[in-house]
Amino acid sequence: MSNRHHTTSHEIERYAGLFAKRTHQMRSSAMRDLMAITARPEVISLAGGLPDTSTFPPDTFAALMEQIARNSCASALQYGPTEGFQRTKERIATVMAEEDMRAEPEDMIVTTGGQQVIDLVSKTLVDPGDVVICEAPTYPGAVPTFSSYEANVVQIEMDSDGMRVDLLEEVLERLDRERKRPKFIYTVPTFQNPAGVTLSLPRRKRLVELARERELLVLEDNPYGLLRYEGDPLPPLYALDGGEYVLYLGTFSKIFSPGIRLGWLVAPGPVLAKVQLGKQAADLCSSSLTQQLVDAYFELDHWRDYIRDLCSLYRQRRDVMLDGLAEFFPPEAEWTRPAGGLFIWATLPDFIDTHDLLAKALREEQVAFVPGAAAYVDGRGASSMRLNFSGADSDAIREGVRRIGKVVREQVELYGTFVGRSAVKQEPDEAKPQGPGGESPERAERLADVVRLPPRRQRRRDAAG
Amino acid sequence: MDARRVAVLKGGPSLERQISLRSAARVEDALEKLGCQVVPIDVGGDLVGRLRESRAEVAFVALHGRGGEDGTVQEILEIVGMPYTGSGVLACIRTMDKVLTKHLLVGNGIPTPDFFAFNETAFREFGAAEALPAIELQLGFPIVVKPAAQGSALGIKFARSSSDVPEALISAFSYDEKVLLERYVEGRELAVSLLDRDGTVQPLPVVEALPKEEYFFDFEARYEIGKTDYVCPADLPAAVTERVQELAVATYELLGCYGFARVDMILSADDEPQVLEAQAIPGLTDTSLLPQAADAAGLSFEALVERLVELALARAQVQAPAHNI
Repeated sequence: MSNRHHTTSHEIERYAGLFAKRTHQMRSSAMRDLMAITARPEVISLAGGLPDTSTFPPDTFAALMEQIARNSCASALQYGPTEGFQRTKERIATVMAEEDMRAEPEDMIVTTGGQQVIDLVSKTLVDPGDVVICEAPTYPGAVPTFSSYEANVVQIEMDSDGMRVDLLEEVLERLDRERKRPKFIYTVPTFQNPAGVTLSLPRRKRLVELARERELLVLEDNPYGLLRYEGDPLPPLYALDGGEYVLYLGTFSKIFSPGIRLGWLVAPGPVLAKVQLGKQAADLCSSSLTQQLVDAYFELDHWRDYIRDLCSLYRQRRDVMLDGLAEFFPPEAEWTRPAGGLFIWATLPDFIDTHDLLAKALREEQVAFVPGAAAYVDGRGASSMRLNFSGADSDAIREGVRRIGKVVREQVELYGTFVGRSAVKQEPDEAKPQGPGGESPERAERLADVVRLPPRRQRRRDAAG
Repeated sequence: MDARRVAVLKGGPSLERQISLRSAARVEDALEKLGCQVVPIDVGGDLVGRLRESRAEVAFVALHGRGGEDGTVQEILEIVGMPYTGSGVLACIRTMDKVLTKHLLVGNGIPTPDFFAFNETAFREFGAAEALPAIELQLGFPIVVKPAAQGSALGIKFARSSSDVPEALISAFSYDEKVLLERYVEGRELAVSLLDRDGTVQPLPVVEALPKEEYFFDFEARYEIGKTDYVCPADLPAAVTERVQELAVATYELLGCYGFARVDMILSADDEPQVLEAQAIPGLTDTSLLPQAADAAGLSFEALVERLVELALARAQVQAPAHNI
């Protein structure tokens, strides 16, 4: 046929032909389209990872900005050094000391949010096909970054004590046999995003040992360490290792403001030097203005009071969410009980796909969450969801959880009619978990398995193949 | 066109909001190139007021999915008395509901894959689950399970065995109270876009969608550049092309569409086309099929948009007295 041509729209061909190969791994579309609706004002969103910046005193902000304008107007409006201002790095050292870490300003680089650390470390270490190890589930925002560097992401399952370091060892053995050396292990050990669980002390010690034995780099992402609502703090991996094999990612996003876009990396000299070149290529330097804001704010002592206020606010919201889950979710659902951070990870019966459930939740109840599959690279997590308790007030959290619980119960009941039995277990009320401190023993037992998931999608794909 | 004021209706709360915004962005560009004054309206609770305030002569409905494509917005436009692009209320209702579409097709001898449809009440109150084994037997596996009212590919699942059916139903019921179980017809995916021209319906060149191998089961690929290859005109024998276009025109007329529409079909191995569904407001994004087909027929995107606006005004002239309520 003479007039036949592939793809009539010139525009598609024009652009698609120019896309780099790595863009093929960049996923989006239907999922992103759904998330676009969650931003509408009528929707209660438990989806984001937003701290509540409405609690920050406007007068303090105004005073700090005025101080900067009067004292250092020119330099605040000017480019800064790629690695960040010395004084900002000194403040970072102070913040790290709060968790018993000792870091020198010359071992640091100030970045544009913690996200840039993930990007720069990947850019520095990962060639296409290289193995990067992370938790299952992992921080959903790290997945596209690893994908864009064409990393081969291997996820290690977790339980209520965080990453299963014994499974990590097995994976490392296997990779050894396959002559693959993982470039780094990415982990959020404390109040993990999205699972909410915390790596236990014995596992922390073992992980650091493993890194030393095998000369592996660990990227410790610790945005929430200071947001602890109960229990005693655990030492960060960086404190256990002393900064030899552990690269430390910190951020001001959750303790001060994500709007200022400032994070940092502490790393051994040779790694830092390469990362610095990468940063120069990416954005020359991070904002001088907001670095000076950090400098001014953390010079005073009341940043500690602000974190205390945040902790008491988020603790209360977490408790409201846990109470709501116990009251409104069906007995088949399970969820984690974080001692800090911003997230709860809930897992539903495996016949519910949370991506589809989100469509129903948005359509019928105007409420949103993050479907669990976003936290996996291999299609697992389809029955789980991430719920945020820092960004909405207590009333909205309770109402949001009630609405999600309603659609979940409807689906569980409907499923029961398909399979000819009531899928909703009839449990007397007192047997149900009562929120903080009121959990039944069976429930506590089940919780240990909440974050372990069967490779459901994989199975289905195999069947399709 | 002279400096016409055109309200572009877009967005809204539908699950296809993002696609609608992309369609609308292109439409707005085209209207501006045509010298129109564009009044963009993100559809929400204040729609009636904003339509009145817009003082627009005509509305371009660039909405997809629930609310925008199911007759709701069309009804409001009728009441406000503003001419609008695309199909009227009844055709929107008929196309949005795949079950209604398929019943009409069957009733008028237009081939469509065998199907059964249920709403939630059937399962919750009438024990429809007991009929599932009989349905599975009659349709044979795999069975395609889909929500009756979802315009895009969201919520469509393949059930390969009995054990897949309940889960697939749960997914489909996430998008609508009514779902259908349809016989899976293996074949080529074709789409025929249609345009009204001088009082007759003109079928545009047939588009064939060829999902790349690795994305065959990934419905998201439909909206991604580079994951699906489109061939237009589809490589078909002349007689088959003619038959496919004939069926598309018959479907368009049967449903009472106006202005434009797209009819999706499957062409089985023995070259027998069967109609799957019709879209009253086909996507107008840069990866959408109707603009590609128009392009293949020598009609630019601007010319397409201009035609749709003119058709909207022409219909209003004919109907004006009856609709100035």
